[in-house]
Amino acid sequence: MSEEFKVEIVNPEKSFLVKDDVSEVVVPAFEGEMGILKDHISIISFLKPGIIKILSKSGDENYYVEDGIVEFKNNNLSILTSTIFNLADIDKSKQQDLLKLAEEEANKTDINDQSKYLADQKVEVLKTLN
Amino acid sequence: MASLDDLKKRIASVKSTQKITKAMKMVAAAKLRRAQESAEKGRPYSEKMNNVILNLSNGISDKENAPKLLSGTGQEKTHLCVVMTSDRGLCGGFNSNIIKKAKSYFAKILDEGKELKIITVGSKGNDQLKRVYGDKIIENISFKESKNANYFDADKVGKMVIEKFEAGEFDVCTIFYNQFKNVITQIPQAQQIIPLNNEGEENSSEESYEFEPDEDEILSNLLPKNISTQIFKAMLENSASEQGSRMSAMDNATRNAGEMVDKLTIEYNRSRQAAITKELIEIISGAESL
Repeated sequence: MSEEFKVEIVNPEKSFLVKDDVSEVVVPAFEGEMGILKDHISIISFLKPGIIKILSKSGDENYYVEDGIVEFKNNNLSILTSTIFNLADIDKSKQQDLLKLAEEEANKTDINDQSKYLADQKVEVLKTLN
Repeated sequence: MASLDDLKKRIASVKSTQKITKAMKMVAAAKLRRAQESAEKGRPYSEKMNNVILNLSNGISDKENAPKLLSGTGQEKTHLCVVMTSDRGLCGGFNSNIIKKAKSYFAKILDEGKELKIITVGSKGNDQLKRVYGDKIIENISFKESKNANYFDADKVGKMVIEKFEAGEFDVCTIFYNQFKNVITQIPQAQQIIPLNNEGEENSSEESYEFEPDEDEILSNLLPKNISTQIFKAMLENSASEQGSRMSAMDNATRNAGEMVDKLTIEYNRSRQAAITKELIEIISGAESL
């Protein structure tokens, strides 16, 4: 039996990515990174800013997300997110732009702890992209 | 009867109107294809979102303490209506259909003695509503600058709605938009987004989910997002409907202009012929009398 399952990433504008030969997906879940293999139990979780790693036969892919929800059910992984970029498409200047935005957000004083935490996460992840 | 000169002028003016409507039809057709595509592409997201929320709300253990966005405030005194229309006219019954639907809903609410608040999205709806319900409109948003419906705009509206909800300004929120069915049919919709209406959608799958963090926390994060998503969906449907409606309206206008040109041309030819005949008769009868 194959060890592959299907992953679908959708953002509000379109279906971003559909792949059905995926062997493992690592998502930055809210309470820490989470690797999902085939026949994982049904789960719903949140994403925090981070990198989604998709490992498949046809090559590995990395995506940067800022938020989202993952749902895994019957070997179908759906990732709903509003902001997603393929790491291969992010060049230096794009990354700097994102970093600047995130830093601005993190330095705001009038935000609550949770958004502060998320913004800090963003900054951290974006810095590691260098 | 109009003189030959007048007829000529009218034919020319109708012809130039026809040219404009024809061009508008072409533009609408091109835009429609794009809008329709993005409306269709946007559907999976909102459907999936709905699914997740459905699963979550089924899994929630403590219904009493469910987030207010899901279960409501427990009363239905103040209604907020978000009426989504276009920013441009000349699109047939598109805006009037939404307004008609909204107005009948408003009348019902006011009849029941409830309070009504309106947010208009798009300037056309505001124009039509402010005459009767001007004092009820609390906010008027227009995205004239954005070319296409985008999530960022929808999120702005969504955040505003949630802010007002958290401030206790309303209990029930309904959005009005046109659902795109095909080019000639758009169905005006009233969709209740707060509290979330899941009736009739009893989920059959008894599958249990693992949640991380727990259900309540996920729900309270997810529901605001869902509001924006639903508004975004409505915006996409609306923009596709607008173009579709405009296309068929302009198609009709072009056809009517064509008919009018034909009619006027016949009239023009007749009166020209009549003038010639009249002159001939005058000459002949003049010659005969000699």
